[in-house]
Amino acid sequence: MDVLIQALNLVATWNVLLAVIAASIFGLFVGAIPGLTATMATAMLVPLTFFMEPVAAVGAMVACSAMAIFAGDIPGALLRIPGTPSSAAYVEDTYQLTQKGQAELGLGACVLFSAIGGLFGTLVLIFAAPSLAEFAMSFSSQEYFWMALLGLTCAVFMGSGSLERGFLSLLMGLTIGSVGLDNPAGVPRLTFGSTDMLGGIDFIPVMIGIFAISMVLRAAMNGGGEKEAVPKTVGNIFRHWGFMLKTYWRQMLRGNLTGTVIGILPGAGSDVAAYVSYAISRRFSRTPEKYETGHAEGVVEATSSNNASLSSAWVPALVFGIPGDTITAIVVGVLYVKGMNPGPTLFLFNPQTIYAVFLIFILANLIMIPLGWVLIKFAKNILRVSKSVLMPLILIFCIVGAFASNNSVYGVTIMLIFGIVGYLMEENDFPVAPCVLGIVIGPILEENLITTLIKFQGSLIDFINRPIALALFALSCLIWISIVYSWIRPRNEEVSE
Amino acid sequence: MRFAKSLAAAVLLSTAAFPAMADFPDRPITLYVAWGAGGGTDAVARIIAVGLEKELGQPVNVVNRTGGSGVVGHSAMADAEPDGYTIGLATTEVNLMHWLGLTDLNYTVYTPLALMNVDPAGVQVAANSEFDNVNDLLQAIKDSPPGTFRATGSGQGSSWHVAIAGLLNDADIDPSKVTWVPSDGAASGLQELLSGGTHIVPSSLVEARGLIEAGRVKSLAYMSSERSKLFPDVPTLKEETGSDWQFGAWRGIVAPADLPDDVRDRLIAALDAVYQSEEYQEFMSSQGFGTRYLGGEEFGTFLETTDASFGETMKAIGLAK
Repeated sequence: MDVLIQALNLVATWNVLLAVIAASIFGLFVGAIPGLTATMATAMLVPLTFFMEPVAAVGAMVACSAMAIFAGDIPGALLRIPGTPSSAAYVEDTYQLTQKGQAELGLGACVLFSAIGGLFGTLVLIFAAPSLAEFAMSFSSQEYFWMALLGLTCAVFMGSGSLERGFLSLLMGLTIGSVGLDNPAGVPRLTFGSTDMLGGIDFIPVMIGIFAISMVLRAAMNGGGEKEAVPKTVGNIFRHWGFMLKTYWRQMLRGNLTGTVIGILPGAGSDVAAYVSYAISRRFSRTPEKYETGHAEGVVEATSSNNASLSSAWVPALVFGIPGDTITAIVVGVLYVKGMNPGPTLFLFNPQTIYAVFLIFILANLIMIPLGWVLIKFAKNILRVSKSVLMPLILIFCIVGAFASNNSVYGVTIMLIFGIVGYLMEENDFPVAPCVLGIVIGPILEENLITTLIKFQGSLIDFINRPIALALFALSCLIWISIVYSWIRPRNEEVSE
Repeated sequence: MRFAKSLAAAVLLSTAAFPAMADFPDRPITLYVAWGAGGGTDAVARIIAVGLEKELGQPVNVVNRTGGSGVVGHSAMADAEPDGYTIGLATTEVNLMHWLGLTDLNYTVYTPLALMNVDPAGVQVAANSEFDNVNDLLQAIKDSPPGTFRATGSGQGSSWHVAIAGLLNDADIDPSKVTWVPSDGAASGLQELLSGGTHIVPSSLVEARGLIEAGRVKSLAYMSSERSKLFPDVPTLKEETGSDWQFGAWRGIVAPADLPDDVRDRLIAALDAVYQSEEYQEFMSSQGFGTRYLGGEEFGTFLETTDASFGETMKAIGLAK
């Protein structure tokens, strides 16, 4: 208890509170701008933290990254441009909700469940960090291989629409993900001799292209003068909270748990967490056909998940100095500079500092609600703008975002190409989600496959000769069997008719 | 006469323009980094940028041009206008990637300005490993069939791979006896070490610091001429085995080739001051980064000799094309 009071004293100073609030506002803006990610926001804070007290420095980074991940949902809901990759999984739903005149439902879900997800991850971090870090460290490339395979399986086969088209879309994503030099063997693939292509096809411009440019193209094809059937505005975002909590508490808990587990394991971040949770949610939903058409259920689960993973990524970072995602990679460096060296001793010798950081986690996730409300209030004005003005503006935003992702025109080119690809895919009923997920998870899958093969000189039995790996393998098999079964059964019925 | 006058005026004007060059810089400077925001190189670049801003009185923007195992960013540093407004923080990969045949780009496309940091490699094993010193480990590798031991910590043919291969080569052990498992960085390599998937991580001590301090990983040797300030108990490789093999990952500021001399001198003077500054030294030592400074031509010589020595090792182990 003493420790907690000392920690409170550390947090309740003007310097710390000011740093947290300033960093929160900064994080909100960076997150809301497409192309700029939570990782970039945190990296930009690093030089400023040199001049801060340890608690203020780490607190600023906590607040900034949490806000950025949440704020990415806002342009997604209003303009169909995911602000950060973590919002891409459910952008279709939040955008469609806005189109139906129910923006407050989607945005309200994002605010509430982001905050709760962050708090859940924080509680796990506070109470179970050391033992969970041990668990995470026992994961080797075999386990990661099965995890990645499960992720891909979820996305494709639990998606909507035809299985064949989903599979083709996935193959396209995997091909795009394999471009470049950053593969285990370090061999240039599909680069056509270009230096830019050596760097591969960056995910952020692809995402902006597929989601936002394709929409601009569609508006242009329709002449831009579409009559608005529903007056679009954002109502009171708090209105549906009670209803959502009552209806979707299972989804929320499942999202929190999935996100926490994915966050703790080094290597996968909040974007993967959101996709996997969205897929799980659809699989177990009673109304899977409503997904991607403006349905809050999947949004709740995925947004609960990405913010939970953000907090729990700190578990291996604080206990072993091994970052759980790119954001904590930055934080680990700052911890050393501030003399808060990661390790089990952090919890033993100077517990008040680390508890102060935990308090800031809680604080940041709470002020997310009022700050998010203010930001949405400002941002919703954009819905009053007519389409013929809005679409060119979105195009400009997209170009800036794609350029910012790697500071080169190459990003803009990629974005435009994938805008056309995304448009053609949607016009022909190809789901884009498997393609996007293939780009994200494909490289992880490949790396762990090759690593395992090299480690055991090509012996396949070693993929399943550890308990966790075997369990994950069994789970994958079960899912595949159920898919094949459900695929064959309706055809048999057709035949018997 | 009139013509002569205007000619004189023109000459006067153009000479007057020269002192203006001495006013370099009069607009913001871009500092390229070939690696992502949040990594070690990015952190070093950002602290150098803060120092340079103070020295030069102009904003210095850190720009991450990532991808292609460093080729993309390092090409951008070389292809920029040689006017001093675009510089870059080059890394060890400059001396590695052309040997691998990934690019034609090598150190000669740059004007070397200042070496700012060197992080020597260590030989890390898990804390519960049966080996307590590097000699026993090397003997065991020698006596075991190929593939018994696995090492990891960076990509195929990138820094730490060369570090361990060079060490084995120098100890008259065929480097291919230790299987190299490519990983996308030291962090995932250390994770593999802890989960029992590999046996050796020849990364820098900084990267393994958290785990060494947590008592989960031990470092057996340090591939440098002097012991590490961070972990003075870790012996150097020379002390343990008598081997002269040294390997360090380095970072230094470069500009495109053909940089005007006055701009070059101005930048070197500023970098020298940044290196000497308390902020830089304090930041580097608290993070555990090794500091080493070589200005201008000395940095150039360093690039030339390390490039040749890496090339020799990479040829010996069959990595160089």
